[in-house]
Amino acid sequence: MMRLVLFVVLGVFCIYYLIPLVVMIATSLKSLEEIRAGSLLSLPQEVRLDAWGKAWNSACVGVRCNGLQPYVWNSVLMTVPAVLISTMLGALNGYALTKWRFRGADVIFALILFGAFIPFQVVLLPMARTLGQFGLAGTVPGLILVHSVYGLAFTTLFFRNFFIGVSDGILQAAKIDGAGFFRIFFGIVLPMSIPAIVVTVIWQFTQIWNDFLFGVAFTVGDSNPVTVALNNLVNTSTGVKEYNVDMAAAIIAALPTLVVYVVAGAYFVRGLSAGAVKG
Amino acid sequence: MNERIPLTLMISRALERRLPMIVVSPLFAASLFFVYGFIAWSIYISFTKSGVMPNYAFEGLQQYDRLWATPRWSVALRNLFVFSTLFIAISMAIGILLAILLDQRIRGEGMIRTIFLYPMALSFIVTGTVWKWILNPGLGVERLVRQAGFEDFTFDWLVNSDYAIYTVVIAAVWQSSGYAMALFLAGLRSVDDEILKAAAIDGAGPVRVYSGIVMPMLRPVFLSTIIILAHLAIKSFDLVIALTGGGPGFATDMPATFMYAFAFQRSELGVAAASATMMLMTIVAIIVPYLYSELRGTRE
Repeated sequence: MMRLVLFVVLGVFCIYYLIPLVVMIATSLKSLEEIRAGSLLSLPQEVRLDAWGKAWNSACVGVRCNGLQPYVWNSVLMTVPAVLISTMLGALNGYALTKWRFRGADVIFALILFGAFIPFQVVLLPMARTLGQFGLAGTVPGLILVHSVYGLAFTTLFFRNFFIGVSDGILQAAKIDGAGFFRIFFGIVLPMSIPAIVVTVIWQFTQIWNDFLFGVAFTVGDSNPVTVALNNLVNTSTGVKEYNVDMAAAIIAALPTLVVYVVAGAYFVRGLSAGAVKG
Repeated sequence: MNERIPLTLMISRALERRLPMIVVSPLFAASLFFVYGFIAWSIYISFTKSGVMPNYAFEGLQQYDRLWATPRWSVALRNLFVFSTLFIAISMAIGILLAILLDQRIRGEGMIRTIFLYPMALSFIVTGTVWKWILNPGLGVERLVRQAGFEDFTFDWLVNSDYAIYTVVIAAVWQSSGYAMALFLAGLRSVDDEILKAAAIDGAGPVRVYSGIVMPMLRPVFLSTIIILAHLAIKSFDLVIALTGGGPGFATDMPATFMYAFAFQRSELGVAAASATMMLMTIVAIIVPYLYSELRGTRE
């Protein structure tokens, strides 16, 4: 009896979490007439992919009507380098700070870590000016710089937590054999930190792909990442409100991180709990 | 010749010894510049009379006076208070409930956990877009209930200035309660089974075991979950923009959207910097003691 109640409650919550996804998919496959005539929760009577096509390459985002496609590419061009750079530097940083504990390493770590928690509002204005001075205002490389810099605090944290659990024995032996800082890093440390690398890459990918604040503050029009474009598309007030196109666009914007989550959920969850500092 | 080899060797040894610092220095310098330098700049600007352009003439607390005299800022603060209280309380309640239920050796636990957590993989913009559609008064939930036979049912929170803030809570709880569940579940899994068995042998029922024994042991998890959720709440920006755009009017403005509007739309740099500084101080008050205790714990 208790078990039955248990399963019913869990089942109800599963439905609660899934309904928005179902509504999103169902709506994206309906025609506008069916959306107006039918019900929010009903499945499409006739599956139509027009809304998807339109969201991808002909819906209007602001004044330009090329769909989300160019902005998806912006996001890819921004996310991939930013993830790689911040992960690499975080690994190096975490390794140097935990395995070569020079004087002041703890203080340096604490100071870097604080950067992971600041409200980014406090850096928006000076960052906008700095990007302008570097000639990077409103560009994808500018966003790569921003995400690499502010991702570094998190990636350093992840790798530091990982390396603290790695025994110093092997490293000592390698040091006695005469291996140096980089030999040990590339030859020993990096190969054994694959799990930490996967967790960090997934975390950074999700964060950077989903970012809106930096995208909206530092880019204009053509260089917008997909989150900003989605918001503009949905709030473009000209013409008839096309809910099916909105929903298809939302799924397109969500798909990359959703796929990563489904494929590598366990690593994603580890990243989440590492966000609680100790992991 | 013989003497030069040890010399180069010495230099390379010395270099090698300092290599970790040499590697960390530029990264640390970047952090000093982009985090601490920028914070210092923003705080300084909040004490000047900067308007559209930065103006470095010191002016004291004037911008703070203007900030606190702005009705929109009071609205933002009240919203932040209402939002974070409800958001944290509801997410925690759902999180604890689901974690305890999932901890009962459930078949298909992995699958269920995946479903509870997937919203965390979505951006707040996507979440906001979906809930905006579900909650819209014309074709959304309101019509669904009317179709079910309750013709007079009205549900217009999304466009009602008194209630719009609660729609932000609804969407945020949907997105983040799974996160709270995951943190609590990890905490429950770390509780020693022996203690639970001993309590069961002593005749304690499940309610007693959880409320009397397990929950007190999870105090640190409660604390870190509250802090993480509070941190999310103070920074919340995207969700508000996507769901309500801060409206109707500025009824759902929060400090983060307020700051953005004053910085990038109204070009009142001084007021924007002052509001950003207020946000920073709030987060510092919450996060710094937490980080301090966490780090002290892990230091060998």
